[in-house]
Amino acid sequence: MTMLVEARGLEVAYGAGRSLLGGVRPGVRVLHGIDMAIGAGEIVGIVGESGSGKTTLGRALIGLVPASEGSVRFDGTDLASLSDEALRRLRRRMQMIFQDPMSSLNPRHTIRRILVEPILLHGLEPDRAGAERRVRRVLERVGLPAFVLDRNPHELSGGQRQRVGIARAVVLEPDFVLADEVVSGLDVSTQAQVLDLLFSLSREMGLAIGFISHDLSVIRAFCDRVVVMRAGRIVEEGACEGVFAAPREAYTRMLMDAIPLPEIDPGWLAREPEDA
Amino acid sequence: MSAPLLDISGLSAISTRENARVLRDVDLVVAEGEVHGLVGESGAGKSTIAKAVLDMLPRTIRVTGGRIVFRGRDLASLDRASLRALVAREIALIPQDPMTGLNPTRRIEAQLTDGMRLVAGMSRGEARERALALLEEVRIADPARTLAAYPHELSGGMRQRVLIAAAFALEPKLVVADEPTTALDVTVQKQILRLIRGMQERHGTGVIFVTHDLGVVAKICDRVTLLYQGKVVEAGTAREMIETPRHAYTRALLAASPRYDRPEHGCDPVPGSVVAGLEAEIARHDEGRAP
Repeated sequence: MTMLVEARGLEVAYGAGRSLLGGVRPGVRVLHGIDMAIGAGEIVGIVGESGSGKTTLGRALIGLVPASEGSVRFDGTDLASLSDEALRRLRRRMQMIFQDPMSSLNPRHTIRRILVEPILLHGLEPDRAGAERRVRRVLERVGLPAFVLDRNPHELSGGQRQRVGIARAVVLEPDFVLADEVVSGLDVSTQAQVLDLLFSLSREMGLAIGFISHDLSVIRAFCDRVVVMRAGRIVEEGACEGVFAAPREAYTRMLMDAIPLPEIDPGWLAREPEDA
Repeated sequence: MSAPLLDISGLSAISTRENARVLRDVDLVVAEGEVHGLVGESGAGKSTIAKAVLDMLPRTIRVTGGRIVFRGRDLASLDRASLRALVAREIALIPQDPMTGLNPTRRIEAQLTDGMRLVAGMSRGEARERALALLEEVRIADPARTLAAYPHELSGGMRQRVLIAAAFALEPKLVVADEPTTALDVTVQKQILRLIRGMQERHGTGVIFVTHDLGVVAKICDRVTLLYQGKVVEAGTAREMIETPRHAYTRALLAASPRYDRPEHGCDPVPGSVVAGLEAEIARHDEGRAP
């Protein structure tokens, strides 16, 4: 498989830079030497607890935070080597879907404006009429009625807003979408619909997805491969089949054991997690 | 069996803002010392029931019928002051979000001892002793230091432990836990579930556990009531609900819940036919009833 997104020896530090007196501030390092890759059309889960660095890794993969060491390549191009203008052009091909669609959609804009503007900005269609046609096709695909075009984000339900978030990402025909905790907070039935939609879009469009989640059950249901993170490092990775059948790391096993499966197991609450 | 701790019968309510029913003839019985799961998706009415029990309903919700009987007393028969006193003393809340449940500008000691001093009439010294003992009971490593801390100095899991300590501070008969683990990592969630179960067993407290997660239900609840749009869909023991669900909606929710040990089970959306069936039940219920 050709690799679409590839991190090599990736380190990210926040607050790094030069101090006033000319010394170098090392900053707080949150990622330590990450090596990982996502193939074209592949769905890769990135799992970890709060503070594991999963969100920072996701942002680094789409060039939203710069690498302080190592590199991130997208389709063979080192993101750090690009000018702002070149990076902006490349951005069309790597989109993001956020956890809370409300905070990522401008509350004062109609859904029409939210969806049409990026198309014109990236020059994907020559005019508004073409952009609107494209938007309507995508709306239908994500299962939203055309009347939402005239609504504002707060007039939609949580599930509908998440569909708008997905529509906004896929309307630009990207190759890669980073989805950050996109189903946490949704009801299970809405969650199932959103996952179902993302999965078929990925297969139809050959879309690669980096799927950040704290929920290993969702990752098992949805992803081809999983990367387990802890304290800024990858502790285990592999095809979901292998990792879930026989996790090599005690930490992965502990994360799995902590999930309350919907089955009666009177001993579960009292069972101490294995030390990791 | 002795009289139940909480006996809700035929509870109905409407939202005056949307002029829509939010509860439809809800029956709910919580026995002494049991953990009762109140389960459903958004709009199911589980928080409305929780708020009705806590006397915290917003002005926009009006109860239109039914009774809430707590330890033999019909809450509607009490005057304001007696109701306030009863709830303050005997019913406690563990809120969903540990950050909004605590006042960010006050130290933990002040927040934990308010109720002990104002409701139970303890002296400052007695309340402090009790607070230290409670923090120890909820397994906080350094109780004295935690009492002096502000909420933002504690982790999410620690804040939730503090709120559990606060809920059990006055030895309430009933604790309402409103999705207390949704904002937590799974490993912390497990610790908090274990802690709530341990506390309620030791103190013999009844718990209403509001959740949308059938996995959590399976692990902590004795009995469960599943709601859809303010109507009870199915009620029974947790084992019945999980192992032999009677209603198609219960089965659909189980099938929609992903689980890492069964990839083939996937996460199937609730079929349209099941939703249509539920809507028909709701319509039959509403027919001929004044709103």
